[in-house]
Amino acid sequence: MAVAEGAEPISLDEEKQKGANPWVDAWRLFRRNKAAIVALCILAVIFFIAITAQLWTRVGVLDHRTGAKARHTVNPDNLERQDSFADPGLCARDNLDSNPYWCSWLSGEALVAVQADHCYRPDPDYSQKQWCYLLGGAESGKDLMSQTVYGAQVSLAVGVLGATMSLIVGLIYGVIAGFYGGRVDNFMMRIIDFLYGIPYLVMVILLQVFFTEIANEYQDTGREGFVGFVLELNQDMGGLLFLFIALGALSWIGMARLARGQVLSYREKEFVEAARAVGASNRRIIFVHLLPNVIGPLIVAETLAIPGYIFTEAFLSFIGLGIQPGTPSWGSMISSVRDNGGFFSNRHLLLVPSVALVITTLSFNFLGDGLRDALDPRLRGT
Amino acid sequence: MNQAMPDTQTKNVSPANGRRVLVEVKNLKKHFPIKSGILFQREVAAVKAVDGISFHIYEGETLGLVGESGCGKSTTGRTILQLHRATEGSVQFEGEEITTLKGEKMRKMRRRMQMIFQDPYASLNPRMSVGRIVAEPLVVHNIGTKKERDERVAELLEMVGLNPYFVRRYPHEFSGGQRQRIGLARSLALNPEFIVADEPISALDVSIQAQVVNLLEKLQEELGLTYLFIAHDLSMVRHLCDRVAVMYLGKIVEIAESEELYINPLHPYTQALLSAVPVPDPVVEEQRQRIILKGDVPSPINPPHGCNFNTRCPVSVDVCYDEDPELREVLPGHWVACHRVV
Repeated sequence: MAVAEGAEPISLDEEKQKGANPWVDAWRLFRRNKAAIVALCILAVIFFIAITAQLWTRVGVLDHRTGAKARHTVNPDNLERQDSFADPGLCARDNLDSNPYWCSWLSGEALVAVQADHCYRPDPDYSQKQWCYLLGGAESGKDLMSQTVYGAQVSLAVGVLGATMSLIVGLIYGVIAGFYGGRVDNFMMRIIDFLYGIPYLVMVILLQVFFTEIANEYQDTGREGFVGFVLELNQDMGGLLFLFIALGALSWIGMARLARGQVLSYREKEFVEAARAVGASNRRIIFVHLLPNVIGPLIVAETLAIPGYIFTEAFLSFIGLGIQPGTPSWGSMISSVRDNGGFFSNRHLLLVPSVALVITTLSFNFLGDGLRDALDPRLRGT
Repeated sequence: MNQAMPDTQTKNVSPANGRRVLVEVKNLKKHFPIKSGILFQREVAAVKAVDGISFHIYEGETLGLVGESGCGKSTTGRTILQLHRATEGSVQFEGEEITTLKGEKMRKMRRRMQMIFQDPYASLNPRMSVGRIVAEPLVVHNIGTKKERDERVAELLEMVGLNPYFVRRYPHEFSGGQRQRIGLARSLALNPEFIVADEPISALDVSIQAQVVNLLEKLQEELGLTYLFIAHDLSMVRHLCDRVAVMYLGKIVEIAESEELYINPLHPYTQALLSAVPVPDPVVEEQRQRIILKGDVPSPINPPHGCNFNTRCPVSVDVCYDEDPELREVLPGHWVACHRVV
């Protein structure tokens, strides 16, 4: 009898009994991608700085979000002496060299503004060493570094929260359409087809204009009821709330289509049928069998979409329809170059937020690439 | 015949009258609607995947269901398990009508009948560990504590010849045969009485096929299982099944005991099908006459009038184009749907 009754030879090697969780596998693949790891580290640093910005303010390294000066409580004795800086001559201008400054290295004119506005406080204590702007000054004597950091808060919030919202909405919508199929799917997808016909940027701009109008109207009539509450909340968030709504109104539809397609491809798989055959509920099938399989490509798509949200916010702020004036954002900082002497005299005003924007979006793109390679190895190298 | 098979046929027990019928299928139909329209869809036609079939399965036996691709074998199996809702007809499990069962009653019924799937790569969720996959039926039916379930999973894995240490591994780490065993362990978790095996071996290497078939036989003996074995490998069916039903275009054309069918096929389609099986004897193989059917299988959307097989039948006569033949018992236990058989 040539039949082997038992199983195939089985390795009893203890090492091999552990099992590779697909998510652990994905992490292993992800770790191999150097660019993605670097991007992740850069993003981690940016996130850390943005989240802890208020803390830095308290310590006196950063100014307040509004541009008001922080009380510099850093012990100046711990700061390095001025002579160790690249160009002490700059700081020594105007005979101010009697004070050791940590000076701006970007722009001579900004330096003057900085020194006039910041280093010399209304009541300067010349016997003390003082802390100057690291990246120079922005409009009306604000600290450019502080502005950039608070701008990072806005950009990251828009990017990450926008992506999360569109992921959640798109996922729910797409999974319902894909899972229940038939008439429900047909109806829901026709709505999406309709929404797809609306130009995204135009819609976002119109919504922002609409929100501004409402806010203006309520300015006169007073703020009460639900609308008042929402306006109040938006005010507190520096205009972010309306921006989220405007961005979120259309951004989920691509995600919904993707989610639906994914669900459709997994719904007919035999393991879903096997779950049905043992009597699993729809809820269990969706949450245990479909979601874990569907979520990977969606996360990748969302990560790659984050730069888009950040750019849209920057663009809206650039044309004055984004964040409320007074709240720093990279877009509005870039646009402020126009009103502050232009590019040639104040290069740093344009360069600093632009470089921050480029680094952040590039990092998200590399991160997304790495995630795609890790979560969907079939697409590697494309 | 496959040389990996046992040379003694121990289990060809004749299904004598009076044996208990476990599953009874009567005039079962499953039509898939074809819809058209942009927003408000209407049904324009239907794929008649299963178009009125009747048979029964005795307790403890293996009924083979054969036929070419697309003839409705898998749909029959799935409709019996209520994975598809039947369009018409009845399925009785131990005398209880199950096509109308709903909710909790259906869930209870599902514990008694399970399925093994064709594709071992698609039938296991890649995001679940083997332990979770095998334990899923127990979790769904809320059976036992975590610890009891773990023990049961280990026991099941052992039963199908896998190392119980595998519980924390994931499906992609296994070969096709091992995956099929995992699927088998899952379907056995609830102690079912009836298992629909939907081409469980056709995606496997020939060397592994015999292993899985032997495992199926061993489990049948140990657990008293009843199988509906869907296949297109006729030699495997002959080896494994007590009785065989041949399907063509959504209908059963012939049912008989396995040996009877292979020795004395009556329906021209069955004859053609069996003539395609190679014989491992050079002398006999030399003389083997293949019956080559002309044409293709007609579309199940629009089956031919009269006998389904009349477009390809080498012996068709006028009546075949007018009347749909009934499935009738021409010899004891041998049922054929053909006008030409007397």
